[in-house]
Amino acid sequence: MNEFILVRVVVKIMVPFILLFALYVQMHGDYGPGGGFQAGVIFATGIIVYTIVFGIRRAVEAVPMSAVMAMVCCGLILYAGTGFATMALGGEYLNYSVLDSADPVHGQHAGIIIIELGVGITVAGVLTAVFLVFAERRARR
Amino acid sequence: MNPVDFVIGHALQWGSVALLMIGLYIVMTRGNLIKKVAGLNIFQGGVFLFYISLSNVRDGTAPIVHEDAVLYTNPLPHVLILTAIVVAVATTSLALALIVRIRESYSSIEEDEMAKADLD
Amino acid sequence: MSLLQQLPALQVAVPLIGAPLCALMGRPRLAWMFAVVVAWITFAISVALLEHVLDAGPIHYTMGGWPEILGIAYVIDPLNALVLVLVSGMAAIIMPATRIGINVEVVHRARHLFHTMALLALAGMLGIAITGDIFNLYVFLEISSLASYALVAMGIDRRATRAAFHYLVQGTIGATFILVGIGLAYMMTGTLNMADMAARLPGVSHTAPVQAALAFVLIGTAIKAAIFPAHSWMPNAYTYAPSLVSAFFGATATKIGAYMLLRLVYSVFGADYAFGEMKIGWVLVPLGLAGAVAGSIVAVWQHDLRRMLAYSSVAQVGYIAAAIGFANHDGLIAAIVHVFNHGLMKGALFLVMACVIMRLGKADMESFRGLGRRMPLTMGCFVVAGLSMIGVPATVGFISKWYLVSSALDAGLWPLALVIVGASLIAVIYIWRVVDVAYFTDPPPGARDEAPAMLVIPAVVLCALCIVLGVTTDLTVGVANTAARLLGGAP
Repeated sequence: MNEFILVRVVVKIMVPFILLFALYVQMHGDYGPGGGFQAGVIFATGIIVYTIVFGIRRAVEAVPMSAVMAMVCCGLILYAGTGFATMALGGEYLNYSVLDSADPVHGQHAGIIIIELGVGITVAGVLTAVFLVFAERRARR
Repeated sequence: MNPVDFVIGHALQWGSVALLMIGLYIVMTRGNLIKKVAGLNIFQGGVFLFYISLSNVRDGTAPIVHEDAVLYTNPLPHVLILTAIVVAVATTSLALALIVRIRESYSSIEEDEMAKADLD
Repeated sequence: MSLLQQLPALQVAVPLIGAPLCALMGRPRLAWMFAVVVAWITFAISVALLEHVLDAGPIHYTMGGWPEILGIAYVIDPLNALVLVLVSGMAAIIMPATRIGINVEVVHRARHLFHTMALLALAGMLGIAITGDIFNLYVFLEISSLASYALVAMGIDRRATRAAFHYLVQGTIGATFILVGIGLAYMMTGTLNMADMAARLPGVSHTAPVQAALAFVLIGTAIKAAIFPAHSWMPNAYTYAPSLVSAFFGATATKIGAYMLLRLVYSVFGADYAFGEMKIGWVLVPLGLAGAVAGSIVAVWQHDLRRMLAYSSVAQVGYIAAAIGFANHDGLIAAIVHVFNHGLMKGALFLVMACVIMRLGKADMESFRGLGRRMPLTMGCFVVAGLSMIGVPATVGFISKWYLVSSALDAGLWPLALVIVGASLIAVIYIWRVVDVAYFTDPPPGARDEAPAMLVIPAVVLCALCIVLGVTTDLTVGVANTAARLLGGAP
């Protein structure tokens, strides 16, 4: 779709805002509707729109496949790692209260944000990876 | 309960049963792998609808804490089904990935043609 | 909290975090070493848990510190402690062999992700076994299933992808049926905690949704456990998957299905309701025994030995289903013991296939000609595990058959005891066919050529266990006895 100038310009302007909106949904998830999963999907949508318009080659230059795979793994490790951290601090797996020994409520808050970040990174990574893998196959042929 | 209420009062459940049956029928009768995946998605869609129908509370509002609200719909089935939707996404993408590989090695995605190719 | 108290969470969390770490390593050799370490740690945890459960009774662990009814609880009693030991033990025994195994039987471009998928499947199965939350069970079921579809598709034969696709379609239908059943039960009870649900179900058990829930759950687990006639995904999947994958799943996947059936019927719906009121025994016993006979007969005609073993699994799962269906104390012991014992035997037999494929490239009847002299140790393992499959005394197979027959007699169904013995005799035929070809035909020219030690040793270990646990039954029968008493036994 690279030949349509209108699409190209609009997408170029839109993509940063889509990514920013994803971060908003991510961070605002504990006050209103939102959270890691939704944010990850929106983030991936930004990358996918970019790929559809500018082609797989430029997209892979911006987000190489290895980086996407690392995102998938790191998000998961962040999630499970938080669980291990709470265990090391003497609580149950994913009991965020122990993250802040002075103020358990603050600990819960921090824990949820870290966990949701892990979810967001993984979801964004997985959806991008699924799209890129299929798209790359097409490009190679 | 009179029969009319039984049908109309359970509209969502009837819908989900219909989707389950349609999906299962497509999965069982179609030989085309893509159609099978589509059938599987319809089948899972029936379950999603069923779970969402569970959460409905008459006159309940969206489950976000608010001082005016008295009655909330049950948010738990939504959360459960979000998980199931994620699973469905993963299943579908894995199924499509398998179809791509099947198509590369058999140059067909029709059940009967593949069976013939394996016999040769 | 002490480390001991954290063990239930670690049981699942260690392989779960191991999977992405494996994927990040990139180098297959490194990933393999890491996966082996993770598998053995998991095994050690499960042994510690079993010991603790037998000493101090059931363990309850609450995720995130939430009360058991609100959050996700892990509940470990002797039944699932034994299943945990089986699953993680099989992983610990088979994982070391994967280093050379995957070079022969896994498509090249998938090798770097093999261990990630294996650890995910392991984590999923352990999660199914350990959880006390019914929706969590579904989530772990899907984690392990998705990983296993991917593992089956890694087979080098192009039919592996087709088998994986069918496995995926049928597995998803099975899991979705379970999901519908869970939804219906949740609708009537308003809880997802298994113990809480079990306490609330009797009050609403006469309603149609609960009856439908039991039916949905029963069909879903039947597909997952490959109970005849819902077994059709299994033969192709186990034939074309890499043999080590077949060994792991042949030993664990259908057993996890049988465990789910036991857990949901006994700990959620309750034996009185399921067997007394809904009479699911009338479904499980005929289908189980029909599967035992049909599976054994079909196995006799198979040319590809891995397919033969898969059909033999259909038969063995049939025994388990029938044992559950008899719904008495001995039946419950037979089911639990056979879940464990069949895991050992099938694991050993599929490992033998892996050895043969390593050297000869395929595992059909021709390639077994004269193999007794060419690969004596491998064939020795086949004979021992095969005898166990038949149910010869002093092997584990005998123990489970003994309890199975005695439970049929307890239920007052002596003709069915004859059917069980008859089906075991058919097993003699399909095992003997192979032994005959391997020992009593002239070998093709070629010197002694044993499979590499890394593949043979796991097979030998499993065969040794088949005999040791067939002679000293404290572990299996002792634990099964406690578990059966805790589950409540007969209605």
